Amino acid sequence: MKRIGLSVNGSPHELEVEPRELLVYVLRERLGMTGTHVGCDTSSCGACTVLVDGESVKSCTMLGVQAEGRSITTIEGLASNGELHPVQQAFHEQHGLQCGFCTPGFVLATVSLLEENSSPTEDQIREGLEGNLCRCTGYHNIVRAVQAAAGKELPA
Amino acid sequence: MIPAAFDYELAGNIDEAISLLGQSGEAKLIAGGHSLLPLMRLRFAQPDLLVDIGRIDDLSYVRDAGDSIAVGAMTRHADVAADPLLGADCGILAETAAQIGDPQVRHRGTLGGSIAHADPASDLPTVLLALDAEFDVRGPAGDRTIAAGDFFTGFLESALEPTDVLTEVRVPKLDGPATYAKYNRRAQDWATVAVAAVQRNGGTALALTNMAATPVRALGVEQALADGADAATAAARVGEGTNPPSDTNGSAEYRAHLATVLTRRALEQLSA
Repeated sequence: MKRIGLSVNGSPHELEVEPRELLVYVLRERLGMTGTHVGCDTSSCGACTVLVDGESVKSCTMLGVQAEGRSITTIEGLASNGELHPVQQAFHEQHGLQCGFCTPGFVLATVSLLEENSSPTEDQIREGLEGNLCRCTGYHNIVRAVQAAAGKELPA
Repeated sequence: MIPAAFDYELAGNIDEAISLLGQSGEAKLIAGGHSLLPLMRLRFAQPDLLVDIGRIDDLSYVRDAGDSIAVGAMTRHADVAADPLLGADCGILAETAAQIGDPQVRHRGTLGGSIAHADPASDLPTVLLALDAEFDVRGPAGDRTIAAGDFFTGFLESALEPTDVLTEVRVPKLDGPATYAKYNRRAQDWATVAVAAVQRNGGTALALTNMAATPVRALGVEQALADGADAATAAARVGEGTNPPSDTNGSAEYRAHLATVLTRRALEQLSA
């Protein structure tokens, strides 16, 4: 077992983990934050996307021990004071979800994308979200939601 | 899927990593982990000790080294892709890094990790082979430099010894065009086939992804071009010295055809 300290959504946590525990299971099973989903377990679908020091990472492809000292943001940490994060609000308003399973990953991938490029074109949005899969194939409204969150005029 | 149990040690510097690697015959280095962890989850790899070099920050850099550019082995794909010096003087490396996986993968995966993993379906080894890159390696006996052409020795096998650490990659500054033509069927897929073409020192160097057990130079094409052949005639020789795999993404025959088409297009792009 290894003792690690990490910050999750601004709160410090110290815990003992087995080296083989993936970050996504540390978040879900140790810290009880089940908003981060396990979709494919093969680094493909992006449902487990979280922010590590502000950048999108697939938490099924990172060990908990590698998160020592890092600052993690999960979907539970985006809203503040009862107000949705602007990206969450945009997904809500543009109906950027159907079943919702992939949504936490898409929202966090979008936060990271907009941090790197605050005014992406439609092509840049589609390429920027290529690490996230929506099995309902609701990509059209997801792209609209990102455009809305970026303050873009929406196509009709 | 959970990896098999292993011990984990964090290395504070390169020499400590080498010493830790020597503690077990089944130890593996982990950098970004984006080649190794997927294999460990499937239990295709079951190291008994992981030595983490992810916190050795002085292995992450891009520096002007005169005629070449030096890139630290722990430099992440996202940082290679966005680097202005590489963008200006070795654009093919930055552009290829930007095509790897997806943004999340590029935030973790590293240049050195991709090279050391030595997957013939990887993009960067092929580009580095076409660039005649040099790799600096440190082991228990000291430092040495390995040419890209001597590095890839077999499927997922390289000239690295179990206690070696890849520390730096040097690529030439280019004054001619270079391109990486990659074909994949879906976003974030590995290349079915890809071709790197670099015009340099009055000649053209080409290397191929996923056309053999290692990245390979297209020596037949290079010779044909040196003899004055046009793009289509030279591209027809791309199959020489290859042994393409057959898998769910394509048969060997399909890959051979694809390599010919991509090579012709890459050569036409170089002369456009």
